[in-house]
Amino acid sequence: MHISPDQTTLWHWGFVHLNMTIAYTWIVMLLLTVGSSIVTRRLENGDHSRSRWQNAFEIVVETIRGQIREICPRGGDAYLPFVGTLFLFIAVANLLDIVPGWRAPTGSLSTTAALAICVGVAVPVFGIRSQGTIEYLRHYLRPTFIMLPFHLLSETSRNLALAVRLFGNIMSGSMIVGILLAIAPFFFPVLMQALGLLTGMIQAYIFAILAMVYIAAAVQRGQEER
Amino acid sequence: MDTVSVIGITSIAGAALCMAIGSIGPAMGEGRAIAQALRSIAQQPDEAGTLSRTLFIGLAMIESIAIYCFVIAIILIFANPFWNLVVSKAGG
Repeated sequence: MHISPDQTTLWHWGFVHLNMTIAYTWIVMLLLTVGSSIVTRRLENGDHSRSRWQNAFEIVVETIRGQIREICPRGGDAYLPFVGTLFLFIAVANLLDIVPGWRAPTGSLSTTAALAICVGVAVPVFGIRSQGTIEYLRHYLRPTFIMLPFHLLSETSRNLALAVRLFGNIMSGSMIVGILLAIAPFFFPVLMQALGLLTGMIQAYIFAILAMVYIAAAVQRGQEER
Repeated sequence: MDTVSVIGITSIAGAALCMAIGSIGPAMGEGRAIAQALRSIAQQPDEAGTLSRTLFIGLAMIESIAIYCFVIAIILIFANPFWNLVVSKAGG
């Protein structure tokens, strides 16, 4: 049994291997970019002629923006592109599980590690942008310089937890379905698939919210002390 | 008992113990967290949105401990490095 879609090679030519994770990530990217560009090609500002898809997308964006504003009331919109992209990518990758034969690319540790590294880079970038390099780096030395290794350790371990949490949840979902197919076919796997969809949505929400909480912590630390 | 069966037995027993012991703590923690959150929502229904968001984040934090145990158990069973080493050595 393959525990991650990394191990399934769809196509290879010489030393170039195209595994399932990369191919399905491309499909998700294609869906998101093409879908949103088709919908946003003719945006309407009027009251009547708004298309169905535009309404749906506006609801999604407004919900994400509202959640971000609750965590970071001042200037939260600056983080909407980053956090919203994280949420939409993970949510679409997990929800496409309803398509037969789909293996969610988030069920591979490579994808989740890449997403966690994105968060790990974005937190200091946003922090430095809001308070300046020196001021941001100084918080590692608070309250004393003895805390420096603990700050570094906590940042590393929380990014690791971000990656392993998403990977473990999605992988366990497909794993349980695979095991149940061998033990009790027909009915129980369907229930667990439905539960997997719910878990996928919750994990997408949690990933985005945690990324936002980390960013807000890095940004607001400076605002409070001033 | 030869090396292969020792590695097999310890891997399976280790995975089972890992899941069994490793899920006790998160289960108790999640139960306490949810009970407290329900009590708070009953006292202040207006704050239900904030409470449930914080609850979700906290549950995800607690649950990740159980997920670590699960990942290690899965690795021990399906992708055990020691087992693969022994099997590849025995195979030639």
